[in-house]
Amino acid sequence: MGVIQRIKKPTTRKGKKVLLSREPKPIEGPKQSIFLQARNPSERARKVLKDLYDLKKPDAAYLSRKNDFVPFEDATLIEKLCYKKDASLFGVSSHSKKRPHNIILGRTFNYGILDMIELGAENFKAMSDFHNMKVLAGIKPCLLFNGPVWELNQDLKRLKSLFTDFFYREKVESVRLQGLEHVISFSATDDGTIYLRSYRIHLKKSGQRTPRIELEEIGPSVDFKLRRTKLASADLFKEACRIPKELKPIAKKNQSTDAFGTKLGRIHMGKQDINRLQTRKMKGLKKSTEEKKQMLLKKKMAKKEAKKGNMLNA
Amino acid sequence: MDIVNEILEKEQKKAEKYKPITVEKHLELELDVGTLLAFDTNDLDTKLLKSDSQRDAYLQSLARDNTQLLLNKIWELPTERIDEAIVVKLPQPTTVLPRSKPVPKPKPLTKWQEFAKAKGITKQKKDKLKWDEQLQKWVPLYGFRKAAAEKEKDWLIEVPQNVDPMTDMYEKKASEKSEKVAKNELQRLKNIARSRKVNIPRVGLPVTSDKANATQLSTAAVVAKASTASLGKFQDKLPKEKEARGKGVHELIPGKVRKRNAPIPTPQVERENNLNLIDRILNKRPKIDMDKAVSKHIHKEQVQRSEEKKSMKPIKGKGKAKGGNVTNFSAKKPKAGKGQRNPNKKNPGRKRR
Repeated sequence: MGVIQRIKKPTTRKGKKVLLSREPKPIEGPKQSIFLQARNPSERARKVLKDLYDLKKPDAAYLSRKNDFVPFEDATLIEKLCYKKDASLFGVSSHSKKRPHNIILGRTFNYGILDMIELGAENFKAMSDFHNMKVLAGIKPCLLFNGPVWELNQDLKRLKSLFTDFFYREKVESVRLQGLEHVISFSATDDGTIYLRSYRIHLKKSGQRTPRIELEEIGPSVDFKLRRTKLASADLFKEACRIPKELKPIAKKNQSTDAFGTKLGRIHMGKQDINRLQTRKMKGLKKSTEEKKQMLLKKKMAKKEAKKGNMLNA
Repeated sequence: MDIVNEILEKEQKKAEKYKPITVEKHLELELDVGTLLAFDTNDLDTKLLKSDSQRDAYLQSLARDNTQLLLNKIWELPTERIDEAIVVKLPQPTTVLPRSKPVPKPKPLTKWQEFAKAKGITKQKKDKLKWDEQLQKWVPLYGFRKAAAEKEKDWLIEVPQNVDPMTDMYEKKASEKSEKVAKNELQRLKNIARSRKVNIPRVGLPVTSDKANATQLSTAAVVAKASTASLGKFQDKLPKEKEARGKGVHELIPGKVRKRNAPIPTPQVERENNLNLIDRILNKRPKIDMDKAVSKHIHKEQVQRSEEKKSMKPIKGKGKAKGGNVTNFSAKKPKAGKGQRNPNKKNPGRKRR
């Protein structure tokens, strides 16, 4: 149901453009995110959220009002705010005795919650604690996931997908070589601890074309502890991952290229009767009347012989 | 030989100055260069991770190694030079990430779009400006300053021959435009209704509440009747069924349109019709309405009799004939009390004639 299908037409051109920008598109831009606070946020949780917001700028919005709700019970507030801000990623911070310094990261699909993962922040070092030059805002970071447990544990698998979604910004066709400045590394251990570290890349001379990498930690540096998760069902996730037909690569059959670069194609022919093939007409090969008469005679003789043979056999 | 050795030594020294870019790993990293992602499946050194002092250094060295491997892969890709910057073309990403909104559904075509597709009509791009001969300048066809240009052209609108000379041409133009706008709006809503599979009746307004009112039902009945092969000519009508009224229904009722399509009479025929009409009116013989005549006669006689009686009354005597009951027409019919008891009434009892 697009703008054209609305009963009440948008009156202003600007309004129409806003509505068109909110419609689903085959190729989507960078995902917007919102950060808000739930019940009783602690200073540490708030700072973690602020740092995540700084990492996500300019595709992020930080909402400063404290809202009294528990996301795992009632997520309608998040859905409403995501609809308003046209965001699909969110981060919520809260604090209680049972769950200290709680951060909930999640994403939405079609204005409804897709995944929600709760992490506890222990050992937090803010970006401001590292006194060095940071990275430009809006840069696409390199992402590292260390540890075999990312693939083995189902929750961590989803968390890996969520972290990738959170930080990869958008799909790009090409990247400037000098612009690869930011690395975020996530290391997971068996006991559910995830170490998030963020570095700045320095490219040093190495005597060859490919440079030597040196890293400098810029922060934030957080040790997350995996708590509760609320993951989407398999079919909802599958529906969300559906690729539109326009983007699916068209498989061209019966075509191949050889070593020289020439395009070769295969044509499938039906069965051919070689005796009845139509070839070029050459006048010289045409049978004269004499030859035709002789062929007829031959056929007659052959028939007679066959008949005789049959009679004898019978 | 010495020169060769010297050169080789120099190169070695140079290479030693720089730190190596190769990294040794037990298992290869799973690289998704399209999303700049590297997944290291090697086991982490839990002892180093547990100790607070060595943890950060270990993580940094691990990150450095993995980033080196990732960037080595990126540097192998083909590069181009765009505006003073060396840019590398990334391959397609292999990680499948969920979308934020569902895949857009193909929009249903409107009635015109379907027709255009069937006929092969494509949209012709219209230029904004058009040369106007009358004004001798470039005039915008739509948008900014179109109205002003039209006003300039329409400082005078001629009244054509076949139209009543007293019509206001500007008003007519404005009303035509508003009609066009209303028609366009109706068509747009019809397109939306068709795409949403909502049924709208052909004639009249659609039913808003769950029950239709009488006019809507009668319109619907007329439309249904006219939907036969003979367009409703041979459909029976209920004894007390009234024909529906409203815009667009009259064409559907068989017989009603006939009157409109009656041929316009020629002047001679019309003259004859008019003369016949006048003759019919003037040659009329007075018709006698028997009932009325009889009642009038009776009334006349009654009035006469009452007059005679009045004139006879002063002669005293036994004018009353015995046995002859002369009905006294002037006697008034005794009025009833209209349901109210009147205690002052002198003669109680049943009213009698």
